[in-house]
Amino acid sequence: MAAHQDRAGRRLVILVPYLWLLVFFLVPFLIVVKISLSQIAISMPPYIPTFSLAEGWAGLVDAFRQFSFDNYLWLTEDDLYIRSYLSSLWIALVSTLIALLVGYPIAYGMARAPSHWRPTLLMLVILPFWTSFLIRVYAWIGILKPEGLLTVILQTVGLLSPDEQVRILNTNTAVYIGIVYSYLPFMVLPLYSALEKMDGSLLEAAEDLGCHPLKAFWVITFPLSIPGVVAGCFLVFIPAVGEFVIPDLLGGSQTLMIGKTLWAEFFSNRDWPVSSAVAVILLLVLIVPIVAFQRAQQRAHEREAG
Amino acid sequence: MARKASAAKAASAKAKTPGGGKNVGPVRRTFAPWNDPAAKPFILFENVTKRFGDFVAVKNLTLGIHEREFFSLLGPSGCGKTTLLRMLAGFETPSEGRILLDGQDVSTVPPYRRPVNMMFQSYALFPHMNVADNIAFGLKQDKMPKGEIADRVDEMLKLVKLEPFKTRKPHQLSGGQRQRVALARSIAKRPKVLLLDEPLGALDKKLREQTQFELTDLQQQLGLTFLIVTHDQEEAMTVSDRIAVMDHGEIVQVATPAEIYEYPNSRYVADFIGDINLIEGTVASVRSGKVTVDTPDAGKLVVQQDIAADVGQKAWIAIRPEKVRIGLGKPAARTPNVMRGEVWDIGYLGDVSTYHVRLPAGTTVKALQANATRLVERPITWDEQVYLSFAPDGAVVLLS
Ligand SMILES: Nc1ncnc2c1ncn2[C@@H]1O[C@H](COP(=O)(O)OP(=O)(O)O)[C@@H](O)[C@H]1O
Ligand SMILES: [Mg+2]
Repeated sequence: MAAHQDRAGRRLVILVPYLWLLVFFLVPFLIVVKISLSQIAISMPPYIPTFSLAEGWAGLVDAFRQFSFDNYLWLTEDDLYIRSYLSSLWIALVSTLIALLVGYPIAYGMARAPSHWRPTLLMLVILPFWTSFLIRVYAWIGILKPEGLLTVILQTVGLLSPDEQVRILNTNTAVYIGIVYSYLPFMVLPLYSALEKMDGSLLEAAEDLGCHPLKAFWVITFPLSIPGVVAGCFLVFIPAVGEFVIPDLLGGSQTLMIGKTLWAEFFSNRDWPVSSAVAVILLLVLIVPIVAFQRAQQRAHEREAG
Repeated sequence: MARKASAAKAASAKAKTPGGGKNVGPVRRTFAPWNDPAAKPFILFENVTKRFGDFVAVKNLTLGIHEREFFSLLGPSGCGKTTLLRMLAGFETPSEGRILLDGQDVSTVPPYRRPVNMMFQSYALFPHMNVADNIAFGLKQDKMPKGEIADRVDEMLKLVKLEPFKTRKPHQLSGGQRQRVALARSIAKRPKVLLLDEPLGALDKKLREQTQFELTDLQQQLGLTFLIVTHDQEEAMTVSDRIAVMDHGEIVQVATPAEIYEYPNSRYVADFIGDINLIEGTVASVRSGKVTVDTPDAGKLVVQQDIAADVGQKAWIAIRPEKVRIGLGKPAARTPNVMRGEVWDIGYLGDVSTYHVRLPAGTTVKALQANATRLVERPITWDEQVYLSFAPDGAVVLLS
């Protein structure tokens, strides 16, 4: 009796997040998929067909007949979309690698800091989240613009002559800086948690067996932190691919990112069906490799356990 | 002298082939280089002090350990045993003093260049490497040829009986198996000295005992010098050539297991190793080879011992329970060291019984008696008046 109730209770607990995902992720996504299969129209909403419950079953079947993959075909016809996707993936990839290179030493330093310092250091990493993301990106405009803070500092130090100015704002470099800056905590936190729980005696054991401490980092510390590296890279890469605000504010006209393209399609062209198709493809582009990767990891894990 | 005779006997029980023909004894060839004034210690801690901030973990400690010796550091948790090992391994630098290894000062040599390997208390196996890779790790650092590494790994696996587990990861092994991998990894490089930090701490009793014997076997087979840390006195007694008993960063006594057991030099050591009765009193007289102690519990008690003590000085007679005789009848008139008391408690352990006897002034003395006959009706029971006695050469007088 008690066990029965217990199981029912557990199901309920699991049900709540699934319901949440269903209502706030799956249903909206299906609506996006539906719009991506529709045609643009000058109406409200700006596409056909629309479901009307008043028309009943026949209306539904009729609507299904009108669905087409035209929008998806359109994405292949104009190379703007493919270039946007590739450029987004490239920018996200480079930003992720830079974030890894910058974040790893930070996480390592935090994990090796005296234990009474660590909560403070952790707080400092999270601290930027207390200010609005948008404000922080605007702040970078102030820093990177030609007459901005960076120019002033470099001129003061003497690295730049008084008539020179930095040309970073409105270039891809500014986008890289913005993405790395914004997503760095997402890289540092999983790396820190992987490095922090590593047993320090492993390094001593390596050294005891004749391994130089520098080499021990590569043969012990780094391999053991790989789960953190993978988690951090995903957490930076995935949102970076779809990033819109940073390329829009810091990037130039030549900066091509799928988030920007999507925004233009949706708000400037009012082409909901095509922008929906762009969003669906973006999701697939991201989800397929992630699922494949997780499968491979699980298989490796099973092989190990078996 | 009783002390010397006993030491020789203890050493002969663990007779070994002496290394380098140093120990040419008159009758028996025994392994006891520490008795040879000409023998130079292989490991030498010289006035070593280690401070962590204000805290002194090791206090001005001097200790020599000889080649091929199986040496134990015994002491309660926190007394500085691990710190001492870590200084020898190179993970801590002495605050004062120096450490010599084979005559060389190693104080400035980094851990990865010391001919010393350590088996860690937590084993510290590399979780991302399988058993064979763990064992091969140290050999790879030495740039040993691949073929030789494979041979050595197989040899080590055979030695610790883990051949079927070669490709397992540490998390797929039991505690006992992990301990064996750690051992194999630490001896694979054939270090001159093997440091073992509570190597058997995580094992259950049976596995422990088995492993203890395997360790001694291994040590003799490979001819290594073992420095082992433990807080288990039984373990130290079983495996060691010599034991150092530590207390608060200092060495209280260094001696063979038998010497430590029979001739503890202080109440601390006596209490730490085995069970012992302590009867408090004052020194009444000191003659050559004989000490008389006046006790409130049993009057004057005599112990056969050479000791530098002053009359009137506070002293304790220390006597092991198995050396106390117990009986109902009054012992013969000339029996030395007779004490009267009342049976307070009896611990029946099957093979032996322990009688807790309360003496007139309140001290409780334990007497251990083998149960030679079946005890359905106990000859001695609770609350009975009994006579205890012990031989003058069965006890020691302790002044501290
Ligand atoms: N790195 C350290 N910093 C501060 N105190 C330490 C450090 N290492 C050991 N100690 C202290 O030194 C004492 C001896 O420790 P340890 O050698 O590990 O004892 P044992 O191995 O005998 O249990 C303990 O009180 C411990 O708290
Ligand atoms: Mg310890």
